[in-house]
Amino acid sequence: MKSDKIFKYLLFSASFLVIIVAAGMVFTLSSGAIPAFKEFGLKFIISNQWNPTEGRESYGALPFIAGTVITSVIALLLCIPLAFSTSLFIAEYFYKKRVAMFLSTMVDLLAGIPSIVYGLWGFYVLRPFIVELGLSPQGYGIFTASLILAIMIIPYATSLSSEIISMVPNDLKEAAYAMGATRLEVIFNVILPNARSGIFASFILAFGRALGETMAVTMLIGNSNIVPTGLFQTGNTMASVIANQFGEADGLKLSSLIAIGLILFVITGLINAIGKLIIKKLA
Amino acid sequence: MYHYLNICVTLKVDFCVEKKLLINLYFIKMRKFLVFALFVALLSACNNSVEEKNVDNDNNYVSVNGAGATFPMPFYRMIFKKYTNQTGNLVIYGGIGSGGGIRSIKDRIVDFGATDAFLTESKMKDLPAEIVHIPTCLGAVVIAYNLPGVKDIKLTPDLIADIFTGRIKKWNHPKIKENNNSANLPDTDIIVVHRADGSGTTHIFSDFMTKTSSVWASEMGTGKSLKWKIGIGSNGNPGVSRTIKATKGAIGYIGSEYAFEQDVQSALVMNKSGKYIKPSISSITAAAKGNIPDNTCVMLTNSADENSYPISGFTWLIIYKEQSYDYRSLEQAEQTVKLLNWIIDNDAQQMASKVHYAPLPKQAVEKARNILKTITYNGKVILN
Repeated sequence: MKSDKIFKYLLFSASFLVIIVAAGMVFTLSSGAIPAFKEFGLKFIISNQWNPTEGRESYGALPFIAGTVITSVIALLLCIPLAFSTSLFIAEYFYKKRVAMFLSTMVDLLAGIPSIVYGLWGFYVLRPFIVELGLSPQGYGIFTASLILAIMIIPYATSLSSEIISMVPNDLKEAAYAMGATRLEVIFNVILPNARSGIFASFILAFGRALGETMAVTMLIGNSNIVPTGLFQTGNTMASVIANQFGEADGLKLSSLIAIGLILFVITGLINAIGKLIIKKLA
Repeated sequence: MYHYLNICVTLKVDFCVEKKLLINLYFIKMRKFLVFALFVALLSACNNSVEEKNVDNDNNYVSVNGAGATFPMPFYRMIFKKYTNQTGNLVIYGGIGSGGGIRSIKDRIVDFGATDAFLTESKMKDLPAEIVHIPTCLGAVVIAYNLPGVKDIKLTPDLIADIFTGRIKKWNHPKIKENNNSANLPDTDIIVVHRADGSGTTHIFSDFMTKTSSVWASEMGTGKSLKWKIGIGSNGNPGVSRTIKATKGAIGYIGSEYAFEQDVQSALVMNKSGKYIKPSISSITAAAKGNIPDNTCVMLTNSADENSYPISGFTWLIIYKEQSYDYRSLEQAEQTVKLLNWIIDNDAQQMASKVHYAPLPKQAVEKARNILKTITYNGKVILN
């Protein structure tokens, strides 16, 4: 009895700690962001000016919000068909076969590679390839960054989706086959309806990772603080500008960077909340 | 045909799947958290051991902490190692950027800060007490480019301004040709590479450009980071250098210490007396030949000396003039000043050129020593 109680309190205090840490983060970010919002007001979010030159300081987060959202959305769009088909391959067509096991190990391996390694690969392999295709004279930009992001998040989405697809009860599938359904029909009428909320959740998770990704993106996006107007234009993202500029920042600029961090926090939170809502509806 | 559809609808969706999924998600998050927690624990363990060492060695040794500029870091790393070998006193330096160095000295969590741009009057007022600047060595900014077969291209400040603001877009532009008659300039696009992070390198470069080009002064200005109209941002000297090397037709600016070490192809820049100068240790030293103010706070860009490379500058350490604060011991203050005095001395200065910095000229050493003699502990001068 006694040990049970102790364990309960232990769990309680541990989970309470998580709440405190999260609240503390929100508090620090908010208090740090106050000077920027005081100076620029809500215009901070919609202004596309980012001028750190002393004496002409003016900060707006729009270029970074746009860069983050655009690269992440493109990455997600590229990721969905590839991740979905790979997970079907692993969990349905070749379930528990040697080739699927090998593939799923490879996918897990890819998920574990640090982002700086993806960045280097993108810099030395992907970027020259884009230049060779003649898509862009130097290879940096929104498209290259989105491509590397897509490659980075595919393993996440794939490994979760395949897990979920493999969990669809066999009875259902067999029942459908017994009624004369083809494999494609089983996938779209039995597996998908059963697993859709889980698959959706895996893509939300992947999207969340794309939003916060820093190193690989900063190496390929070109880091110019303007709102991108084309796929092959250079741009910048929220995580990347914070990572790049924090070291030398002070005063209003520091506060503006923290404000961008707060906006990123809010956007991630919003997307998670919307994702959870949709998962509930799908389930 | 549609029978199995009905089965699907009538069969209750297996909620087990949802639960398993959630458990899976939590498991992945949990794993990440555990790794993070382990990392934090490890870090704090490291911290503890360092602190313990400090306590253990209190009787014999003192450790001096500093943080700031990354630009002089190879120099500092080398001389601090030598200092520790000679005296047994540990010097810990964190290369966190000039801004971080100023923040750290403001919060009084380090004994000295390091910065590539001296603090302006208004910035000094933000600090809790008066600070002094001690120059440690000289560096420069070189204009690096990637144009196979074209060596030692000559650039005037106006040309650099036109290139970096996007007015000149091709390497065979008549304005560039005018200055480089003998060079065989190709019809390649110019791709500008600049720093994405705030940097003292950008500050020195933009300070020179503002002094010498009216176009630059009105459109770009001076600062550790600027509002670039064109080009690609890369992180740090290694990043800019890597991008230039990998991109044909690229041009950018790199700290001299890195450029010399990597043997990067660099442009000759016209100085104040109209000469095109190749960046080198001796031409950088020449930039400090003019008069230096007593507080050593001066930008050496566009120096009047005819042999000077025009984009050169000091890098400084900053410490509080009154060393008695926050229960600091006299010994800690003494060791800090001693270290700084050693850095400007011959022993450390002659090592500068080994890592491609220019040593301080005599005049600057004298002025720096005079400043060190004004540093006090409870009103008493520390250095005799």
